[in-house]
Amino acid sequence: MTVQTIDHDVVSVVQAAIEKHGKNRDAMIPVLSEINRVFGYVPREAIQEVRKQLHDPARQVHIAESQLYSLTSFYDMLSTKPRGRHVIKFCENAPCHVVGGKAIWDGLREKLSLENGETTPDNKWTLVTTSCLGLCSVGPVLLIDDDMYGNVTPEQISEILEHYE
Amino acid sequence: MAFYRSHVLVCVDPQCLAKGAHEIVDALQDEFVAQGLIDEIQVLETSRIGGCSDGPEMMVYPEGVHYHGMTTDDVPFLVEEHFLKGRIVERFREVVKPVIDEELGPLRPKEVRVVLRNCGEIDPNNIEDYLAADGYQALGKALFEMTPEKVIDEVVSSGLRGRGGAGFPAGKKWAITRQVEDNPKYMICNADEGDPGAFMNRRVLEGDPHSVIEGMIIGGYAVGASYGYIYCRAEYPVAVETLNIAIKQAREFGFLGNNILGTDFNFDLEVRVGAGAFVCGEETALMASIMGKRGEPTPRPPFPSVRGVWGKPSNNNNVETYSNVPQIILKGAPWYASMGTERSKGTKTFAVGGNVVKPGLIEVPMGISLREIIFEVAGGIKDGKKFKAVQTGGPMGGCLTEQHLDLPLDYEALTQAGSMMGSGGLVVMDEASCMVDIARFFMDFTQAESCGKCTPCRVGTRRILELLQKICDGKGQDGDIEKLENLCHEVARNSLCGLGQGAPTPVLSTLKHFRHEYEAHIYEKRCPAKVCRPLIRYEIQAPTCTGCTVCARNCPVEAISGERRQAHHIDAETCIRCGICMQVCNFNAIAVES
Repeated sequence: MTVQTIDHDVVSVVQAAIEKHGKNRDAMIPVLSEINRVFGYVPREAIQEVRKQLHDPARQVHIAESQLYSLTSFYDMLSTKPRGRHVIKFCENAPCHVVGGKAIWDGLREKLSLENGETTPDNKWTLVTTSCLGLCSVGPVLLIDDDMYGNVTPEQISEILEHYE
Repeated sequence: MAFYRSHVLVCVDPQCLAKGAHEIVDALQDEFVAQGLIDEIQVLETSRIGGCSDGPEMMVYPEGVHYHGMTTDDVPFLVEEHFLKGRIVERFREVVKPVIDEELGPLRPKEVRVVLRNCGEIDPNNIEDYLAADGYQALGKALFEMTPEKVIDEVVSSGLRGRGGAGFPAGKKWAITRQVEDNPKYMICNADEGDPGAFMNRRVLEGDPHSVIEGMIIGGYAVGASYGYIYCRAEYPVAVETLNIAIKQAREFGFLGNNILGTDFNFDLEVRVGAGAFVCGEETALMASIMGKRGEPTPRPPFPSVRGVWGKPSNNNNVETYSNVPQIILKGAPWYASMGTERSKGTKTFAVGGNVVKPGLIEVPMGISLREIIFEVAGGIKDGKKFKAVQTGGPMGGCLTEQHLDLPLDYEALTQAGSMMGSGGLVVMDEASCMVDIARFFMDFTQAESCGKCTPCRVGTRRILELLQKICDGKGQDGDIEKLENLCHEVARNSLCGLGQGAPTPVLSTLKHFRHEYEAHIYEKRCPAKVCRPLIRYEIQAPTCTGCTVCARNCPVEAISGERRQAHHIDAETCIRCGICMQVCNFNAIAVES
């Protein structure tokens, strides 16, 4: 196992997130979300760094690494594992399912040779399912990073994926 | 007063100013003087006209022509053409793009819009639009003309009940929170709308955020709270942004902060964004998440009204509930109570989906029948098929059938029929839906969303799912239905929170109304709706088949054989039942048998 040192990047990202969301216990989820947004996941070093910066018995703020890890593993939008440069989130819920969602899901899996939660070897794509995005009137729906695609047909998949570097 | 034959209104909001709106005003004045028209035409400065994306913009009355995208160099030409010669200059005329709103169209028959009245009508990012639509007048009325007790009485007598689905009377909850002797108190808005297919709250947050904020401020005044949280799911980034803009504007206008409207009432709000957990829609889990913990529920009592966020009394209502409040205060309880049934008053929003002609967002008065909703408001069943079932209440709700269609929309009536009001998802299914498959689909969802804290829900939902999967796979055995029923009752009775208690409802309701379908799967190894793959087979109808070979060429597993111009045959052993052959056949020669 390679020993990773805490590089400056992680420290400054954590610091910026804490400055934005505050130093109290209830800031942990926003802080972790911010870290997840920057790195695509929550690195172990970031968890250590958050604990280092937030844990402060003098202010009655007690935080353990295990608590931070348990939060990261509980919430779907936080990832404990690195993800690809682009994350495809596919809505698998009933309203999208009944309007042809399965064909899109199969098409994505086939095109990228990925199963749910996997990342391509070149680290370009991660494929995951998501909870309902509330865009049911334009289903099937998929989200790539922050871009929403609605009324998707199997033929459009290649075209949509080509937009991304 | 001078009389002008024409008025030119030039938009001078910051965006248009940046694009030279003042220069246009000056150029227009100069040109009107030069042409001798200055006594006939008045140039006025005004606020936003259109989107300002292609400014500068102006409106010319009495014609009502909307021009945009011109420069000062174009002004002499425009003045000559329009004001001297009377010809509209098409080049600068704004082309009105038809707005297609796939969610919320024009008012449908039998619809009454109270909660959705402003959605699509006002600019959600501009508080002045809301003010022009009587916004924050209810807050003024509450603060200056009513005591907190009077506000609570008004909400109680309006009959407003929790629109999150459980239907607890809102006024009663406010009264309980007010009576608890502990401070500070908090207002919480549950905007964690997680039911698949339900997006009513998203639309309100994105289209009319101030109605929710105003409802919360009035609630804060009534229960004696000075701070509030809106817990919004992270899947709704636009709603979060819109809320943050609205809160900022409300603060600037003095509706939030200290000494609201000059009184000694203080109240402020913040948005808390979730991180993707369905169970956070459960109120105790939601509050745990606000406090920075895993969203795991805790036993009730104590109820949040007594001990909620930070251990203090917290009044938790849903987006739609709060959004109703300003109008109840403004128009009075009798107006609101005039709609609905004896125990369910007002209106309810629904997101109608599934096999209907006109899916989308609707708002109907309570007491309307399911038949009216499905066949009149939503246009009936698509493709001339037959109605089979309607699922109300989301993944924790139940399926209702033909015999329930004339039930009035009413909390008690739906519960008695084995379903629930729920937050407002309405999935309509036609005869091509397999009810065992539907039950399995919902159980797959709740099983994945179980937080894992209590055993009945964590293990029970998994076991129910396994049984349903077994039945769908054609491996069901005698006794499985009874086992399923037992398990469902155990999970419903022993789970900690609403998720586990409600998880078996789709199974129990389909078992009650569509038991014969379960039996067909188990005893006859047959899926009557021809949905469950292991129980169906594709067959080529020899007389219709022309032997064109298109099916054989498209079959991914080479299960189809036959000579050109001869009837083909599908080998049931090799076939994976993907259905591609049926889609590609041009002669409708392939049928599904069960």
